[in-house]
Amino acid sequence: MDAPTSRSQTPAVVLDRVELDALFAELVRQDYEVRGPTLRDGVIVHDVLAGADDLPRGVGDEQSPGRYRTTERADEALFGYAVGPGSAKRALFPPRQPLWSAVSVGDADFRIDEAERSAPRVALLGLRPCELAAIAVQDRVLLHGTVPDEVYTANRSDLLLIGVECGDPAATCFCASMGTGPGTDHGADLLLTELLDGEHRFLLRAPTSAGQALVEALDTRPATEEDLGARAAVLERATERIERDLDTEGVHDLLLGNLEHPRWDDIAQRCLACGNCTLVCPTCFCTTVEDTTDLAGTSAYRERRWDSCFSLDFTHTGPASVRNTTRARYRQWLTHKLATWIDQFDTSGCVGCGRCITWCPVGIDLTAEVATIARTCEDPATPARS
Amino acid sequence: MTVLDAPLEVPTRGALTSRPYRISSVRHQTHDIVTIDVAPQQHPIAFEPGQFDMVYVYGVGEAAISISSDPASPGLLSHTIRAVGWVTRALNDLQPGTTIGIRGPYGRPWPLQEAQGKDLVVIAGGIGMAPVRPAIVQALRERERFGRIVLLTGARSPRDLVFRDDLDRWHTDRDIDVHVTVDSAVRGWSGRVGVVTKLIPRVPFDPENSVVLVCGPEVMMWFSAEALLARGVPADRIYVTLERNMKCGLGSCGHCQLGPVFVCRDGPVFSWNEVSELLDVREL
Repeated sequence: MDAPTSRSQTPAVVLDRVELDALFAELVRQDYEVRGPTLRDGVIVHDVLAGADDLPRGVGDEQSPGRYRTTERADEALFGYAVGPGSAKRALFPPRQPLWSAVSVGDADFRIDEAERSAPRVALLGLRPCELAAIAVQDRVLLHGTVPDEVYTANRSDLLLIGVECGDPAATCFCASMGTGPGTDHGADLLLTELLDGEHRFLLRAPTSAGQALVEALDTRPATEEDLGARAAVLERATERIERDLDTEGVHDLLLGNLEHPRWDDIAQRCLACGNCTLVCPTCFCTTVEDTTDLAGTSAYRERRWDSCFSLDFTHTGPASVRNTTRARYRQWLTHKLATWIDQFDTSGCVGCGRCITWCPVGIDLTAEVATIARTCEDPATPARS
Repeated sequence: MTVLDAPLEVPTRGALTSRPYRISSVRHQTHDIVTIDVAPQQHPIAFEPGQFDMVYVYGVGEAAISISSDPASPGLLSHTIRAVGWVTRALNDLQPGTTIGIRGPYGRPWPLQEAQGKDLVVIAGGIGMAPVRPAIVQALRERERFGRIVLLTGARSPRDLVFRDDLDRWHTDRDIDVHVTVDSAVRGWSGRVGVVTKLIPRVPFDPENSVVLVCGPEVMMWFSAEALLARGVPADRIYVTLERNMKCGLGSCGHCQLGPVFVCRDGPVFSWNEVSELLDVREL
């Protein structure tokens, strides 16, 4: 994705639904592998798409704490659902990444071969504003951290992003609180809004020159006041439907000032420390490494994989782990996500996508937990430890 | 920052890739502590006292290990390792001639600059001698820059004392005031018995004009800091080095977090006023 050309975008245009395959064709012509949402085993996942037919047509979803179901919609919407368990993290920072391998030479020597980093030229299509915000968070962590991450950088360097604004948020969404959705003006090369009133069509806006080049290759017409009004109506309806909220004002000091709040014990009674929340989170970046050899021991492999701060051995040092209790591990996850992340990267680690609520097997809802701590803390103005 | 404002440069060599180094000698310090030397000629590792490397054993794994050699001699790089986990146990079993992987150095070093013109007090427990040894060696080489140089070191028993050669040499050296103690003595031990923190109130140094380096188990560092504060050493002149689970050394794997801090990147050396409140929270 390249730099925004200017603050004022080129005027919005409208692409007819039947012309959507032309967008896929143009992406293929530009040598992109297109990945986006598709229905598999009753779940919206991100996978390689051959064309608009691979998008989930007429599919909606129902999400609540600990529950996810796809549903049939009455219309032919292609983006009529909220986020599924997968995110762009899977493409940009895969769950398993080979780091290097070693070949033994003689009895006691070895040679190291670096893993090749040939990333495919990928266009991610159908990313929601919260997911675009999550990529921006990961950029801060993995591109602009101490050392740019080699895997993320390789995958990120030739990436085209096509966002779709959110018309049907789930009951677990709280993007509005986090300031990431349901609409957006940036974070992608091309932004789509699906309009279902009247003729099925898409409003297209191109914040970058790569996006503009795409638009120019398509058979579009200028957007009318009516089209722009339809977009505003979609976003207004989406905003109204977002039930959950998280009060971000002072949440940093609230959590760090209440590290011994009894609510952590209460959560620990329910939390299974399974790590689902960290796996579905689009910004969680913790990893571990695994070393293996072939049977003969002539080759050794070093692989990095996603890790979770909920596992007991995550903090294992010498004789013991630092965080032995589930209480301490949940507290680490939530305080990192909402508080110390700000100290480290000058942004919240949460984008309000709600995945951790939906995919928690016992339905722990961080928005409710934060609200409870805020309501029951002894002194909300307690300064943060830092 | 949501869009890339410049083309990304993909690094040609992975920051997480080790280089192979052949072990030149293995020195057994105690029954479970070994010092492994390598002689890096092609790729010497320039480091500062208190920094660490990630050391890899073929097919077994990697561990964060303090560098224990003299920073002025990059041609000899030493790591002193206690056998605790599977990687460090494998390291303890290695023979000279074996190749290990090393990447580094990582972390914030001891603040030797800040100690110039002041008394330098070093407090080390057990294997805690490893990360402070380069600081002592360097300070002794630049002896005139410091006031008193004092070492308080302790171990569980006489057989757990490391760097015995250094201790013997320094003991007769007027440049450094060495105090050795063991938690429990054995027959033939004529030195002090008791925990190292008990020495703090008694040894001669100027608490208001000194910098203190402390390395040992966390509980020992707590008691040391308390004794030092009681003696009047300011909290921002007491430095500790922390041990946490580390997988990357770059502040990106997330394992070593202590509140807002990545111990590998922001430490492992911290002043007491930076970390005492964080360490005070159980299981943070």
